Amino acid sequence: MTTRALTSTTGVEITFVLIGLLTFGAAILTVTVRNLVHAALWLVVALGGLAGCYLLLSAEFVAWVQVLIYVGAVAVLLLFGLMLTRAPIGRTTELDSGNRWAAAVVGLATAGVLVSVIADAVRSTWFDPRLTVATGTAKSVGSSLFRYWVLPFELLSVLLLAALVGAIVLSRRDVSADADTEAEAEVTEQSQPKAPAQATEAEA
Amino acid sequence: MHAIYPLTLAALLFAVGVYGVLARRNAVAVLMAIELLLNAANLNLVTFSSILRDQFGMGQVFTVFLITVAAAETGLGLAIVLLLYRNRGTAAIDDARELGEDGALGLRRIPQQADGEDGAAGRTTNPAPKAVTK
Amino acid sequence: MTTATLALWLPVLPLFSAAALAAVSLSGRARAAVPALAVLPIAAAAVLTFVVLFGHGTGAATESRIRYAATGGPELWLGARVDGLSALIAVLVGVVATAVQLYSVSYMAHEERYTSYSALISLFTAAMLVVVYSTDLLVLLVGWEVMGACSYFLIGHHWERPEARSASIKAFLVTKFGDVPFLLGILFLAHGAGSFRVQPILQHAIAQGGHGYTAAGAILLIGGVMGKSAQIPLQTWLPDAMAGPTPISALIHAATMVAAGVYVVARLYPVFLVTTAALWILAIAAALTAVTAALSAFAQRDLKRILAYSTVSQLALMVGALAAGGRDAAIFHLMSHGAFKALLFLGAGVIIHKAGTGDVDELATQSLRRKLPMTCVTMTIGLAALAGFPPFSGFFSKESIAGAAYDTATHSGPTKSLLGITPPSGIGWLVLAATLLTGFLTAAYALRTWWMLFGPLEHGWFRSAVEVSSRQPKAPEPAGHAGTAAEAATAADATTAAEVAAAGEWALEALVAESLREETEAAEQAAAKAKSGPEAPRAELLPLVVLAAITTVFGFVGLNLGWFATWLGDADGNAYRASAADAGKLIQPDGAYHLAPALLSTVLALIALALGLGLVLAAARAKPGTDPNHVLGFLRKPAFLGFRADDLQDAIAVRPVQVAADAVGFLDTEVVDGYVRGSGAAARLLGEGLRRIQTGNVQLYLTGVLTGVVVIAAALGFGR
Repeated sequence: MTTRALTSTTGVEITFVLIGLLTFGAAILTVTVRNLVHAALWLVVALGGLAGCYLLLSAEFVAWVQVLIYVGAVAVLLLFGLMLTRAPIGRTTELDSGNRWAAAVVGLATAGVLVSVIADAVRSTWFDPRLTVATGTAKSVGSSLFRYWVLPFELLSVLLLAALVGAIVLSRRDVSADADTEAEAEVTEQSQPKAPAQATEAEA
Repeated sequence: MHAIYPLTLAALLFAVGVYGVLARRNAVAVLMAIELLLNAANLNLVTFSSILRDQFGMGQVFTVFLITVAAAETGLGLAIVLLLYRNRGTAAIDDARELGEDGALGLRRIPQQADGEDGAAGRTTNPAPKAVTK
Repeated sequence: MTTATLALWLPVLPLFSAAALAAVSLSGRARAAVPALAVLPIAAAAVLTFVVLFGHGTGAATESRIRYAATGGPELWLGARVDGLSALIAVLVGVVATAVQLYSVSYMAHEERYTSYSALISLFTAAMLVVVYSTDLLVLLVGWEVMGACSYFLIGHHWERPEARSASIKAFLVTKFGDVPFLLGILFLAHGAGSFRVQPILQHAIAQGGHGYTAAGAILLIGGVMGKSAQIPLQTWLPDAMAGPTPISALIHAATMVAAGVYVVARLYPVFLVTTAALWILAIAAALTAVTAALSAFAQRDLKRILAYSTVSQLALMVGALAAGGRDAAIFHLMSHGAFKALLFLGAGVIIHKAGTGDVDELATQSLRRKLPMTCVTMTIGLAALAGFPPFSGFFSKESIAGAAYDTATHSGPTKSLLGITPPSGIGWLVLAATLLTGFLTAAYALRTWWMLFGPLEHGWFRSAVEVSSRQPKAPEPAGHAGTAAEAATAADATTAAEVAAAGEWALEALVAESLREETEAAEQAAAKAKSGPEAPRAELLPLVVLAAITTVFGFVGLNLGWFATWLGDADGNAYRASAADAGKLIQPDGAYHLAPALLSTVLALIALALGLGLVLAAARAKPGTDPNHVLGFLRKPAFLGFRADDLQDAIAVRPVQVAADAVGFLDTEVVDGYVRGSGAAARLLGEGLRRIQTGNVQLYLTGVLTGVVVIAAALGFGR
């Protein structure tokens, strides 16, 4: 690694800073907008930005896997979740008023601690991502995956199986009461969010 | 490239994710913030893989693993949220307070408003703890 | 086997008796063997004490010892030291113990706990022999304490009665109170001398003089002497100890245990001689005790209490004699007093069994002289000895005390003390005055007692007076009885106004008389049988006769020039003499003290005797049919109460302890428990507080967790 002054930049760095700012902004918006669907969409932007970062770091395969899985599957899953839980569409007062400030403090503290520790650690660490282009290819990743990491790979497939089965079992309704509960859910869908909310208010 | 750029970005993303986990009321929004946390970790892994250039390609492989795990976790998480919603009719996390104590510090939930003005709603109401008989 | 070795193993005999009797008591079989097991070993031991005495003769002190424990400090020896003093006192112990055991065979025949009783007497005898013969002060202390424990058990033998229980505890506590300084005194002496044995301690005292450890040890030992020998301020336990069986009073509280204090002073006499402060303390306490106890004896109603106070007074005379330098006189009086006081107590037991009560007023009406001829004769001898009537032993021993005191006061004649040290003449005068005054009072109450028991009194008056006073409502002060007496008088038959007034005057004593009647059914049956039957069983009369014979003869021993003194020896005999000569101190060449009557002191003693007898005779003639102690006048009530020594002890010792105990109890329940309960309350409060955080809101919990994580990360990250 060569040591250079911090302020001498290369094209890679400038690009990375720009994409980084985009990602960071999208992430901030994800957790602050009042519209849930917009939050999900901003999450998609953040994830996509991250894929760009990966590309800049010459992790080519990872970047595309990121797009494929995260943007393609996970974000869609989240949107489906929003739909199934009948999340309020449009602007809502979503944020937890009470905990917001404590959360902000914790977040800032986390940022401060992490950034300062990292900055202190990598003060003179430069690297050239162009040197790792070869190791970022699908061929390289795949070969090391199936040569050195095959066991965790298998375990991970078991994990996926477990998650699959678990998700099905958890979200399954009882077969006998299936029709009735669905009908009831349809009828009372409007009053249900209000009534339990009022009940909990009266209780609290 | 100086290593501080990607690493700082990861740290900041992580902090944003922390804020989101703690501040959001809707369960799915919390899941989104969790995704941010995981992705921050992923970025860290990839960065160090590029810095260290080990022979096993460990950083990138682990990133793939982590993506897989995140996907599984999101799926299961959503199933749980679905159950939560089915039992209570709401996906708001701070309504699930059955494990709380009577008379605990009440962090009052602001009732949902359709237009969502945050003037009155944004105020914190922290009533004095009162003995609640359930 | 040398004499000393025989003495070393002598206590085993009564110990074996005690063990065998304990085995019988626990197993519940072989009851018929109990009298034999009780009497025979003790009698054998008594014979052996005579063997030791004659074997020792007039020789030097001999020791036979075994090293018991070689500690880092002073060593511990198990051993016997036979000199004249220990041999003579052991004979006294043996004879009295045998007499008491023989007496108890029939006296306690109707008691169901006779086996344990006689086992305890045997154990006590073993302990007393250990005290007498022991050469090591710590072993002596063991015997001392065992005696105290046996005394506790034996006084509380009739533990069904509350007064017996409280009397036994009182005796135990009061003597223990004196035993603490006693132990400290022993430790001080041993520390100074480097050994617990008597011989090195005496040598150290002679060499060092009355300073430091010797003086401290002497003064501290006085505490134990006062406790065991019932001197002021620890004399209150002895009169109450009469709640125990009468043979116990004869053995323990007349002849042996109470004599142990006097014995220890005589044993360690050089230690006390060199410590003038100790002599003064002993003299003052003795003088006070002798006079007040004699006055109290004069005023008592219970026969046994009269004898108890008399014992206290006579013990005071012995202690006073020791303080005045008259060791030989004190031991002489110890032995003669042991004999005649045991005689008196045993005779009192016969009387109480026959009459069913111990109250002298009631006994006066029983015409005992006719019913108990032999007891009357023997008790007359005993009372005469007590009064100091020649030619009985009491006369000689009391006169010798007066003589020794006079010699010390005037520094004339051969000094009877060792080392050429004569106690201060002030002590001599004090003891002389006390002896004469006490002799006067002793003669008075001895004659009064004889008068009430066997004297020519009119019958009938006392009974009615007692009945009248007992029918009155129990009011504390007799002064307010005039009104109530009038009501009760109408219920009585043929009572005159004088009788009623007199009955009111005696109301307090009448209350006491109520409690003295033997109330157990067995005792009543025995009393009923005894009233009609022969005088007393032979087992009870034989000891009386033997002791009376001893009392008569023993006095003449003193007449024979130096016979007693040479047998007694200087405290340590020749061996001691040699070491003292090495230390360059003068030894009186004429070591034998003449116990023969010296003229002036004899005359004074006889005058005191005559005055006492005359006083009582005059009082009896002045108010015939009345208790002669009305002559005490205003002193009678305080004397009856023992000059309120019990109340004083209560105020000084008992109340503060009770207050302290209450305070400690309060501290425990309120303060200490308060802390304990407070810790529980604090935990609960803390829980109540921490409950408040449990809102049920998961994000709140997570916030807390993450805050902690950040803090830890920061600490780790920036800590270096």
